[in-house]
Amino acid sequence: MENKIKKVDLIFEQVDYLEILDRSFKRTQDEIILDIIDSGLRGRGGAGFPTGLKWKFAKNEEADQKYVICNADEGEPGTFKDREILTQVPEKVLGGMALCGKSTGASRGYIYLRGEYNFLLPQLNAAIDKFHEDLKNMNFDFTIEIKSGSGAYVCGEETALMESMEGKRGEPRNKPPFPTTSGYLGKPTSVNNVETLVFALMIAKEGPTKFKEMGTFDSRGSKVFSVSGDTPKAGIYELELGMSLEDFVNEFGDGDTKAVQIGGASGFCVARKHFKETVIGFEGIPTGGSMMLFNSTRSMYNILNDYLEFFEEESCGQCTPCRVGCQQLLKGIEAVKKGNRPPSYLDELQKLSETMKIASKCGLGQSAPNPFNSIINNFREEIIY
Amino acid sequence: MSKYKVNLKINNLNVSVDEGTTILEAARQLNFKIPTLCHHDDLCVAGNCRVCVVEQVGNRLLPAACATPVSEGMEVLTNSMKVRQARKNIIELLLSEHNADCTKCFKSGYCELQEVANEYRTGDHVYLDVKNLNPIDISSPSIEKDDSKCIRCQRCVRTCTELQAVSALAVTHKGKDMKISTFLDKPMNDVVCTNCGQCINRCPTASLVERNYIDQVFDAIYDPKKFVVVQTAPATRVAISEEFGMGPNRSTGKMVAALRRLGFDKVLDTDFTADLTIMEEGTELLTRLKEALVDGKDVALPMMTSCSPGWIKFQEHIFPDMLDNLSTCKSPQQMFGPLAKTYYAEKINKNPADMVVVSIMPCTAKKYEADRPEMRGSGYKDVDFVLTTRELGRMIHQAGIDFEKLDDEKYDSILGQSTGAAVIFGNTGGVMEAALRTAYEIVTGREVPFANLNIKPVRGMEGIKEAAVKIKDVKPEWSFLEGVELKVAIAHGLSNAKELMNRIKDGSANYHFIEVMGCPGGCIGGGGQPIPTNMEIRKKRAAAIYDEDEKMVIRKSHQNPEVEEIYKSYLHKPLGHRSHDLLHTHYTPRKRY
Repeated sequence: MENKIKKVDLIFEQVDYLEILDRSFKRTQDEIILDIIDSGLRGRGGAGFPTGLKWKFAKNEEADQKYVICNADEGEPGTFKDREILTQVPEKVLGGMALCGKSTGASRGYIYLRGEYNFLLPQLNAAIDKFHEDLKNMNFDFTIEIKSGSGAYVCGEETALMESMEGKRGEPRNKPPFPTTSGYLGKPTSVNNVETLVFALMIAKEGPTKFKEMGTFDSRGSKVFSVSGDTPKAGIYELELGMSLEDFVNEFGDGDTKAVQIGGASGFCVARKHFKETVIGFEGIPTGGSMMLFNSTRSMYNILNDYLEFFEEESCGQCTPCRVGCQQLLKGIEAVKKGNRPPSYLDELQKLSETMKIASKCGLGQSAPNPFNSIINNFREEIIY
Repeated sequence: MSKYKVNLKINNLNVSVDEGTTILEAARQLNFKIPTLCHHDDLCVAGNCRVCVVEQVGNRLLPAACATPVSEGMEVLTNSMKVRQARKNIIELLLSEHNADCTKCFKSGYCELQEVANEYRTGDHVYLDVKNLNPIDISSPSIEKDDSKCIRCQRCVRTCTELQAVSALAVTHKGKDMKISTFLDKPMNDVVCTNCGQCINRCPTASLVERNYIDQVFDAIYDPKKFVVVQTAPATRVAISEEFGMGPNRSTGKMVAALRRLGFDKVLDTDFTADLTIMEEGTELLTRLKEALVDGKDVALPMMTSCSPGWIKFQEHIFPDMLDNLSTCKSPQQMFGPLAKTYYAEKINKNPADMVVVSIMPCTAKKYEADRPEMRGSGYKDVDFVLTTRELGRMIHQAGIDFEKLDDEKYDSILGQSTGAAVIFGNTGGVMEAALRTAYEIVTGREVPFANLNIKPVRGMEGIKEAAVKIKDVKPEWSFLEGVELKVAIAHGLSNAKELMNRIKDGSANYHFIEVMGCPGGCIGGGGQPIPTNMEIRKKRAAAIYDEDEKMVIRKSHQNPEVEEIYKSYLHKPLGHRSHDLLHTHYTPRKRY
């Protein structure tokens, strides 16, 4: 059988990042941004907003100060690729931030580092010190500072992240205005995932063509996956986008894969019967990297219960659909399981989850129903009996 | 900055509004009401409760109408199938975590959650009960906090932080445990809370209400051994009408009639002691000025008014190093109490032990003030019970009195005489205006140089107001004030007060006399006033106060005949020995949290 999984080595490839920056700094902002737009790069944190457009919006704003933020609050359960990137190629992340700074006109960058990753601080700070020296030699005005998170999942949401950076409670803001207009301290800010920044640097190195040739129309390039669960090959893999889930499971499954949770707790659960037609990518099911495989020994009720407990606790609590909705979904499946509510109550909860998806204030509440719906739709009997 | 017009469609009707207008405001212009809970006209946008979600054609998500600015060509549906379904779900969710014990609830009939729930007739409780029945915090004599009624709209937090710069209330925890709490979750009475009650005024449910003493007051009235007198603050008389659907209106006579029908033995007026305050505080100011200008003493200036107990507690917590600047005068309520149980008791031949003094206040901080240990100048608790304007409204409803149909009645005498100067205590700038009317005349022998006694520069809703009065051609005994320009400032709402204090501390502003009222608009916007309170309503109440002043025969405190009489027969002179014992007080430094 042909191996349809294509491994790629862009992210972890050792490159002369200073040479890339040196060349980029000689180009115009528009030239760099056009290359990023042309490459089709979309945000690698999960939401998939076109990176070049984001940079263009930030660039077009007039302000005395703009910011670049590297979102390293990798909090999605099952995702651990940013940790690896920051460990192995921190200078490429810093390079990507400087490139974004150049493109958008920002002179200050921040890394919002997940609190649990504080063990990375010594080496990251050392890398930043060296990077500042290098930039000084290149006569480029850009500084980077690390801000540590305190453990709230919601702070990975870009506006909650900025609230947290400003020393406030991590609660998402109303959008609009979007961060590229009014972000950190009210200034135009582009917030990018760790991996996105490295890809941007690599696109600056190679030009857009090589990246564009990989993947599919909607999902260009490659992506770093965090593979976990019932798999003999748990770990980090950079793969070309657009593969089918079947191919993925053939590569990483243990031969008994019952379901795969794509995109972490806020992602979708795909049952075996749908592996073939499921594409991993923006036209199918996107992921910030998390791929969790479950074999037939796993109870889907327990899995869903775990996810819902997570959301019940990690909702910031400010908006009604998310705060109370998450509690209701959790209590609801418990009540159905115990027979305190009829199975038809799950239909009521699915209506509620639709409201959560469209009426919640931020991505957390809008995506918290994803595992609920996909597991109910695929494994309804496991929830009831 | 000129505003661009934005054209959009709401429910298929065209509307053109200023750039930056929210969908909610634009819909109002077309007379479409969108339900809201976390939104309040006085506060910044939150977009938390999501009850106001609407459908925006082409948007997968339902934006919150209160938080979303309009954009060109936008098409909005405020009552589509999607909106209706989501809104019902959201209301049901709120009800599932709310202690919906409506028949027993103090806010029943006034509760905004109840109102939207009734409108949407959500029917059976669809969802599981997730409410949390924690004990109610009744540590404070002013404010009762019941988390089981809280819908987490954060209006109180925004009020406490933005409007009042106190930040006693904050959001803590997250997810299902997210709640509105205090520093280290301490009881309300042990934190920086000033008891201003502005949070109560904005709480859509009964999560924050005043401690109510209606039953205790009725018990006192029913007790034949008790002689129950009631005093009414200036600001209540223009707002009590709102409790009967009559809007902000001058209704002093009806209020007096209602109080008499409720069974109070005597209906008296805090206005009397407001006038007395002017005599004491005005004299204190002139004394301080003399000490500073003639004796070269190091006296605390600017002198600051002390009528507002929310402001007093704020100062004790936030600026404890400036307590000497506060006038030592008790507030009018607390001047009234000891005089009722001494001077008045003697006059009417009652044993003060059998007297009960009740006050009707626009204020919740007055409840705390009455409980202060230093407020026992008469040898008894000077003021026994403090009721808010809302509680009085409730009592009148309970007693079956048709307020609207009452004929006007007059206050009892003595301790019932008012002046225009006393009435305007209810408005921001009012104490200043009353003080200037009297002090200027004492010093110069002439009326203040403002048309019809109306000192316009100290009026209005601007957060911090400044004025200067040049003192000329003084009487011989006040020669040290000749040519002095008396500089005054007025702040209302504690965030403005804080701003003013900071200006004074950093030396960027210099004044002789400052009036501060803890609540926006002064007492007419007090935390004990009818709900809702917002800028429009505050302006109407303020106008009614000034109207009442203009219609008074006597408009200067020193001309109040009862005030003249009490100085002649009892107090002898302002700042005299008896005044010191009964009418003046001291302050306590407190912690910041």
